[in-house]
Amino acid sequence: MMINGIEDEDKWLAEGIAAIQHNAFYMHRALDANNLREALKYSAQMLSELRTSKLSPHKYYELYMRAFDELRKLEMFFKDESRHGVSIVDLYELVQHAGNILPRMYLLCTVGSVYIKSKEAPAKDVLKDLVEMCRGVQHPIRGLFLRSYLAQISRDKLPDIGSEYEGDADSVVDAVEFVLQNFTEMNKLWVRLQHQGPGRVREKLEKERSELRDLVGKNLHVLGQIEGVDLGMYKDAVLPRVLEQIVNCSDDLAQYYLMDCIIQVFPDEYHLQTLETLLGACPQLQPTVDVKTVLSQLMERLSNYAASSTDVLPEFLQVEAFAKLSSAIGRVIEAQVNMPIVGAITLYVSLLTFTLRVHPDRLDYVDQVLGACVKKLSGKPKLEDQRAKKQVVALLSAPLEKYNDAVMALTLSNYPRVMDHLDNETNKVMAMVIIESIMKNYTCISTADQVEVLFELIKGLIKDLDGTAVDELDEEDFNEEQNSVARLIHMLYNDDPEELLKIICTVKKSIMNGGPRRLPFTVPPLIFSALRLIRQLQGQDGDVAGEEVPATPKKIFQILNEMIESLSTIPSPELALRLYLQCAEAANDCGLEPVAYEFFTQAFVLYEEEIADSKAQVTAIHLITGTLQRLNVFGVENRDTLTHKATGYSAKLLKKPDQCRAVYACSHLFWVDDQDGIKDGERVLLCLKRALRIANAAQQMANVTRGNSGPVTLFVEILNKYLYFFEKGNPQITSAAIQGLIELITTEMQSESTAPNAASDAFFASTLRYIQFQKQKGGAMGEKYDSVKV
Amino acid sequence: MVLVLALGDLHVPHRAPDLPAKFKSMLVPGKIQHIICPGNLCIKEVHDYLKTLCPDLHITRGEYDEEMRYPETKTLTIGQFKLGLCHGHQVIPWGDLDSLAMLQRQLDVDILVTGHTHQFTAYKHEGGVVINPGSATGAYSSITYDVNPSFVLMDIDGLRVVVYVYELIDGEVKVDKIDFKKTTTTSH
Repeated sequence: MMINGIEDEDKWLAEGIAAIQHNAFYMHRALDANNLREALKYSAQMLSELRTSKLSPHKYYELYMRAFDELRKLEMFFKDESRHGVSIVDLYELVQHAGNILPRMYLLCTVGSVYIKSKEAPAKDVLKDLVEMCRGVQHPIRGLFLRSYLAQISRDKLPDIGSEYEGDADSVVDAVEFVLQNFTEMNKLWVRLQHQGPGRVREKLEKERSELRDLVGKNLHVLGQIEGVDLGMYKDAVLPRVLEQIVNCSDDLAQYYLMDCIIQVFPDEYHLQTLETLLGACPQLQPTVDVKTVLSQLMERLSNYAASSTDVLPEFLQVEAFAKLSSAIGRVIEAQVNMPIVGAITLYVSLLTFTLRVHPDRLDYVDQVLGACVKKLSGKPKLEDQRAKKQVVALLSAPLEKYNDAVMALTLSNYPRVMDHLDNETNKVMAMVIIESIMKNYTCISTADQVEVLFELIKGLIKDLDGTAVDELDEEDFNEEQNSVARLIHMLYNDDPEELLKIICTVKKSIMNGGPRRLPFTVPPLIFSALRLIRQLQGQDGDVAGEEVPATPKKIFQILNEMIESLSTIPSPELALRLYLQCAEAANDCGLEPVAYEFFTQAFVLYEEEIADSKAQVTAIHLITGTLQRLNVFGVENRDTLTHKATGYSAKLLKKPDQCRAVYACSHLFWVDDQDGIKDGERVLLCLKRALRIANAAQQMANVTRGNSGPVTLFVEILNKYLYFFEKGNPQITSAAIQGLIELITTEMQSESTAPNAASDAFFASTLRYIQFQKQKGGAMGEKYDSVKV
Repeated sequence: MVLVLALGDLHVPHRAPDLPAKFKSMLVPGKIQHIICPGNLCIKEVHDYLKTLCPDLHITRGEYDEEMRYPETKTLTIGQFKLGLCHGHQVIPWGDLDSLAMLQRQLDVDILVTGHTHQFTAYKHEGGVVINPGSATGAYSSITYDVNPSFVLMDIDGLRVVVYVYELIDGEVKVDKIDFKKTTTTSH
């Protein structure tokens, strides 16, 4: 059916073109012979082809263009009176004798064009005559193209100001009147096209109709180019007439297109000065018209205009552009009851974009837009529509992007209220956007009050909100979120210790509700934030000025203790143990022995009760010994207790090599190589001997289980420890002992039962090389090594 | 000529939000042939970031690393040099050069790269070198006060290695250069 239809149309078009060519051929002959009568006859016949009703607008346009080209030649002929001998006035009369209205009107327009050029009559009179007479053609397509022809030939002949066709006073009014009239008539014809063509698919019809829109819109372009249309005339004559036609035509396609045309064609300055009129039309448009796009485009243009020069800003203030746009948007949303929520929010996004660009200093405007959005959202269930959620995210992100300062968002009273209307998932998306903004701009959140507001905004990340279980979330996403929160905690900072302590307490209060899955992420950064504060306060003992000093290391250590305790109950004992040790060292640096002792005790309790994995135990022992070795705050008794414990744990590790290494590491607990450090040579030796015993036991065990005694690495390691303390001047470590150890290792390595091991061979070789190196060094060290033979 | 980036103890996000922006803009993909990291990244995101700078990434385990599979020590050969890698919390006393030298002998390497103290150091030691690139984020340390963010770039060329240390001091990146030549040959 359709295919036949198109084939038929092609056939009709081909026939039409053939007939035009045929008549044009004779018309050319007549023109060559300067035969006016024949020329008129054939041209009229040619133009009769445009009377067809069979063609779609697209095909009709093709036909029209053929005729249009031919009419240009005819016009040339008309212009040259010497060729046809008839005055232009008479010619204008003569062509009106053509039998049929459509050819007659085309000819009349063509002659009219020449008539105006000849200036034998005022342009305004001829134009008025023509535009009136075109009324005779009421068929939509034929009428549209005819009027389009009229618009085309008259474009350069309007009695505009400064034009050569300008007549007496105010003839520009006539020019405008002419174009407006043609526009109005064309729009009516275009709208009527909607009701044409029964039996056709409506969609196809609308598409075809849409193709014709530029014919109508062209008139607005012409209006925009008329010099004489100044702001006054635009405001009083042009805009009201155009809007009246747009509103009255009640056609959504035309309304949307023409509103857009107005916005694109006329200068921004005019829009700004006629904002009320233009916006007043919006709520009167058909409910199906996409007003939000129209308004968005208007706001986009206006913000670009504002950005073009600071000189124009006073204009915006003077006409109260924001208030007008804001209330227009309100009215449109009210009028279009069926507008989906996403449409309304999109409008608010546009308005917000506008105010951010035009009035960046007016935070109250931003809050106002958010407030309007809250009003729209309130009383409704949380958003479901994905696009609407996206728009809300855009709405809330815009101020962050503009100001690059999340602190600003914290001052907007409606910001959290908009967020409350988001579902949990989108709430979290937005929380991440806020955090990203802070991180990207290195924004420092510097007061406890701001922190409180911020954590309320991002609460979706901080704790489980009603209705969501954490398990719903992919683990990787969850980790990413929580790591972001952890990063954020480093951005909460104030140089003033008291305010920083307040911040820490505020954060602590929030994150403690996070539950066992979040605490391992959020507690450590806060711990280190507090440790940094302690270091800042270090040396101040607190309590000096009585009870009134809030920020003292002691007080902060209490907070730290509580936080780490929460980790150990999750349980996350390994992390808690590390943090206890960090705190112990910080307490040591503050000279707070009981505090340091308490932290160590906590770490030991965790070690004994919670850390069962042998590998985790090895690392924990490294950390315990390493930390303890550095602390100098302890008196003899406390120190003995702690070192005794640490050595005890070391000797009880599961694997012999681990035992051995941990025990020789403990030797450093008794020999601290600085001025006031403990130097208990005997106990160092005891440790090393104990390590040797364990190494021996390890070898024997290997002999039993594997049939060979395994590598001698442990012995070489112990040898190196001997060398270390030997060099440090520990009197208990003698060169004889070293010599003995070297021989022991040499024997072991040569023994048949020892498994060959390249790594321990190399280790031993490089140790011997080291001894050689020290011997050759000369001086005191060389002398010391003199008695060691390698 | 081979460029080796050595950086460690980032402690993200426990102690620092991220690498300093100035470092990030200096560290671009495609220029570095190897990355060696003694540990404490601490999270996968940092691992992934380093991987984007250079796919040949060598990491040992710091006590805060969430990834359990990083080894305690690692050795690799680059050109004429044998490099050893270890976080250093296992070597007591922490940061003690003589004790690190023992580890260097044990691993039998020319260059030992460690961390943990957050203090940049580079020592020439009986023919070998011990380098600590410091903390790339300037993370808090119980060992070192006033940590400046730092990392190390090693330019290994034949028997020569030039160590560039980049340190961020009051918002400005300062570069220092230390030259080492391999004199003795180790037994490998």
